[in-house]
Amino acid sequence: MIYLQIVTLALVVASGTIVALNREVAGQPITVSLFGLILALMFMVFQEPDVALSQIVVGAVGLPLMILLAVAKLRRDEQTMQREKAREKAPKERE
Amino acid sequence: MKRNWRILLFVAGAVGIAFLFAIAAGPLIHPRDIRNQYAAAINSATFAERNVTDTVSAVNFDFRGFDTLGEEFILLVSVLGSLVLLRMIEDRKGKVLRDALDEWRDVGPSDAIRLWILAMIAPKVAFGIYIVTHGQLTPGGGFQGGVILASAALILYLGEGFTVFRDVISHPATEIVEGAGALGFLFVGMLGWIWGRPYLTNVVPLGKAHELTSGGTIALISLATGLEVAAGFILLLYAFLQENLSPVEET
Repeated sequence: MIYLQIVTLALVVASGTIVALNREVAGQPITVSLFGLILALMFMVFQEPDVALSQIVVGAVGLPLMILLAVAKLRRDEQTMQREKAREKAPKERE
Repeated sequence: MKRNWRILLFVAGAVGIAFLFAIAAGPLIHPRDIRNQYAAAINSATFAERNVTDTVSAVNFDFRGFDTLGEEFILLVSVLGSLVLLRMIEDRKGKVLRDALDEWRDVGPSDAIRLWILAMIAPKVAFGIYIVTHGQLTPGGGFQGGVILASAALILYLGEGFTVFRDVISHPATEIVEGAGALGFLFVGMLGWIWGRPYLTNVVPLGKAHELTSGGTIALISLATGLEVAAGFILLLYAFLQENLSPVEET
């Protein structure tokens, strides 16, 4: 049991570091999701199935989705801004 | 140069934390050796006095039910706050809206994925209801089951897109369930008043241990929490997904 605990703790450290070092915005929700799953595994190994159940849904599904949606909205706003800039430029070139 | 300084700062901080952690963790005893009077009292009371086999549910919904009532209303208020913050703004009302995420999808989800997701929804709902109703017997309960129920709605969105999601998750009905769950908890707590007992007293018959009807108010509160959490998370999803709609441009 103690070896299983050590292995899961090492996995938590490794996946947490991966999340922190990942600079790709779209990739972060995916790594956070994996981190959430490994945290759930850790709760399970440390004999806390109630918390593990909540962690699976909130940490591995809910949180990454919210981040992903926020990133999607930011990117879309960026695109519309670029489109508007292009539109402003276009009439001037015609003149 | 700047990078070196950052690494130096990190190493200094990490060494400091490791040092403090070693000092703090040194005198800790193994969880196995803890002789905690509170834990012993709770462990003996859950089965003997409440006919319940899951101690965590008994603590959450009975022994410390008042704390959970507070948490429940924290969830309710934060969902309400998000909905107010993300409400439909004027310039998008009455326009044809399209899911902006579709712009990045070259092709929609394949038929195989859509079929698989549709097939998964019923088992997911059943599992969610199972977790909600068996909170007093096995690990789980209202919160965990409620989130599982809400994720059934989420995979519907993943397979079929926003329009189907919105048609299935009727907005007013979800709001009513949300409020009913929160009020249900409040009213189950008031049951004790009928017999002149304090708020949140477990006055409902406790039933036989290991059976679905055991636990008295624990099962009822678990059910109310399940409804509230499921509806709350669905409303949150709805509000966030709605943010990603954009008016279709007439070209």
